[in-house]
Amino acid sequence: MLEPRDTADLAGIIADAAASGRKLELRGHGTKADFGAPREAEVVSLAGLTGVVDYDPAELVLTVRAGTPLAEVQSLVAGEGQMLAFEPWGDAGATIGGTVAAGVAGSRRVTAGSARDHLLGLTAVSGRGEVFVAGAKVVKNVTGYDLPKLMAGSWGRLGAMTELTLKVLPAPREVVTLAARGLDPAAAHAAMACALGSNAEVSAAAALADGTVLLRVAGFAPSVAARCAALPGLLAGHCALERVEDAAPLWQRAMTGAGLKGAVRWDVHLPPRAAPALIAALPAGADWAMDWGGGRVWICTDAEDDTVRALAAGLGGEARLIAAPAAMRAQVPAFHPRARGVLALEARVRRAFDPKGVFATGRFAEDADADAVSA
Amino acid sequence: MTIAMPVPDADVLAKRERIARALRAIVPGEGVIDAPEALRPWESDGLTAYRQPPLLVVLPETTAQVSAVLKWCHAEGVKVVPRGAGTSLSGGALPLADAVLLGLGKFKRVLEIDYEDRVAVVQPGVTNLAITQAVEGRGFYYAPDPSSQIACTIGGNVAENSGGVHCLKYGLTTNNVLGVEIVMMDGEVVRLGGRHLDPCGLDLLGVVVGSEGLLGVVTEVTVRILPKPETARAVLVGFPDAEQAGACVAQVIAEGIIPAGMEMMDRPAIHAAEAFVQVGYPLDVGALLIVEVDGPAAECDFLIGEIARIASANGAVTLRVSENEAERMAFWAGRKAAFPAVGRISPDYLCMDGTIPRRRLPDVLRRMEELSEEYGLRVANVFHAGDGNLHPLILYDANVPGELDKAEAFGADILRLCVAVGGVLTGEHGVGIEKRDLMPEMFSEADLRQQQRVKCAFDPELLLNPGKVFPVLHRCAELGRMHVHHGALPHPELPRF
Repeated sequence: MLEPRDTADLAGIIADAAASGRKLELRGHGTKADFGAPREAEVVSLAGLTGVVDYDPAELVLTVRAGTPLAEVQSLVAGEGQMLAFEPWGDAGATIGGTVAAGVAGSRRVTAGSARDHLLGLTAVSGRGEVFVAGAKVVKNVTGYDLPKLMAGSWGRLGAMTELTLKVLPAPREVVTLAARGLDPAAAHAAMACALGSNAEVSAAAALADGTVLLRVAGFAPSVAARCAALPGLLAGHCALERVEDAAPLWQRAMTGAGLKGAVRWDVHLPPRAAPALIAALPAGADWAMDWGGGRVWICTDAEDDTVRALAAGLGGEARLIAAPAAMRAQVPAFHPRARGVLALEARVRRAFDPKGVFATGRFAEDADADAVSA
Repeated sequence: MTIAMPVPDADVLAKRERIARALRAIVPGEGVIDAPEALRPWESDGLTAYRQPPLLVVLPETTAQVSAVLKWCHAEGVKVVPRGAGTSLSGGALPLADAVLLGLGKFKRVLEIDYEDRVAVVQPGVTNLAITQAVEGRGFYYAPDPSSQIACTIGGNVAENSGGVHCLKYGLTTNNVLGVEIVMMDGEVVRLGGRHLDPCGLDLLGVVVGSEGLLGVVTEVTVRILPKPETARAVLVGFPDAEQAGACVAQVIAEGIIPAGMEMMDRPAIHAAEAFVQVGYPLDVGALLIVEVDGPAAECDFLIGEIARIASANGAVTLRVSENEAERMAFWAGRKAAFPAVGRISPDYLCMDGTIPRRRLPDVLRRMEELSEEYGLRVANVFHAGDGNLHPLILYDANVPGELDKAEAFGADILRLCVAVGGVLTGEHGVGIEKRDLMPEMFSEADLRQQQRVKCAFDPELLLNPGKVFPVLHRCAELGRMHVHHGALPHPELPRF
């Protein structure tokens, strides 16, 4: 494992790999290493690049090195009454760089945006071994292409981010969860759609297979009280609501899909209105949880991958393979297939950053085209 | 005119008639404009200091026609400049003498509204405001609200990643768009994103938004619509100087309040606006803040109280709270009329658009005053205070020889200053041609090369909107080589702008 001490060090390592035709896998603490196909590439650990570079809470901007643990970042901003509004989550040790590179977002994503929406700027090393910066360290900027959007969720296939500038926001003073019980998926979705479409400003909405619907109301105390008072009336045609104390474990299940029964877990993103149809079509024995008002459905099922993907695609959505035995991950691409034109464009964009395919380790099915080009 | 555009290609100019014939075969009827006098209205966008009639104008009505036009132009090596409503303040839609101007104005339909999933699918020529008008009957709206929203189109908003006064709370265009259909320069039609969040693969949508018409031509947009807040109220606060107003803004945010809008005006802007619209702005203050909050009535009442407390603690000398919708609109009327108001007191003005870290505001305003003295040109400031986006308006008279050049030099100094204090060249207007040659102030050669390589992935022949955004157009083949070692730049002898 290669462990660069700084950006210059890392640039040297990547330039060498490009020159000698080697592959490199960028890694934080490896908490997401089981996503994608098993592969054997030399690992470059960015875990040593840690620390806060700049944090001025009143500017709503935080600049931090990529290997800094997510938990440290979250406790730092929480100490100032702030938060990363995309509600990132991960296993112990997950780094901020890995979290953003994987495009992780939690339940608040439906109203507050994803990692991509909060990555303002970055320093990175491309597959050429060149250091570049993109974006900026202010909250409002349209100067040049928005490369931070491309880097967020790119899984380390364009470059190695060494420093990230993130937008931070005030954390709500008060958070209340209202729950409904005993709703089938269609009723659960309808209740969530009604709540999210109302002006009661529900910040997150999720549903569990046991018939529980969760609505989160967050903000200043007088506002939270008024909205909690209004919601039962707004949803009167759908369900009864009750206040739930200690809702964190319930949200955790909906947000992460953890705890679902089954060895193979899918993350289906689709138009929320299609979520009940997706769940209804699942084979017997499947377990599920809805987040983002139904826009994300976690599914555990032993159905064939083609079945799951065809089902998602037929409803205007797509299915990521999140967790599966290595043998299955070797065969089934992690990402849902895209249209040919989109894939070709993605390949050209990857080459624009990584012409030699240094980061095309075989983890993703599309990596093969990088090999074809560089061969 | 200090900004040079690429030298027109004589071969393309020579085959103008053939190009017109070919495009008429694709877009029949009135869809191709080539009479010289009819090209006049198309010669500039919102950056009116720059004018250039296009080679010709084509106004397709379908994606298939856009695709055929681009495919033909690609095969013939003819450049294309896309245009929405032409309201760009940075020259993003400035025509080129040897380029076809591709207007999307006929793409005016709202295709679908899905209230349950809270999305609208619209054609690119639909105006920003028309989206809100299409959904407000059901209590929804489209959040980004650039000041030109009655005229600017959603296609142009996607190209420029437009913001508006509410973007601190609700985000820019990029945070409110779910998908686009684009036509690539070679005519290929590609759909990026769609009706759901966070699609698999690279976030190509994310880089297309804000790419200023250099990557593809947008032919359909899927946006998120939001439930309209229950109420909105505004506070109008006067301070002796901008420093205290800035301290108030910082404390509002530090106390956890993200207002729906937070605008600042300096003394010259206050006076110009009040003279124009007479809404009762205090004239004896150095800075005026308009803070708007929205949401449930209980929240607005609470936040207004908090903001009043913070304002007083920071030396506010006047404070008015809107008690009804008419009053709230009156508070905004002066701010929204600031540009035309300045237009009344000066024959011409340049509007700058840098963003700075807010904590540097006093230094930046002080330095701007010095520059104003040095250049002998007045400046009025309006400021999206919440997010640090400055709009200095430089007053000049284009009929005085050399004064435009002087104003541009002043503007460039302001933008350099923004970058020097840790900010950026443009917060929401785009680079276009206006800030193009200043890009090296903010980005290194390596940074710009990486951006241009993305351009090459979309448009390797550099035919789409050339001459914009990038100060030096490298050929893609040259960018493809790996030729930088150990930080050494190629061509160190070349001048830096």
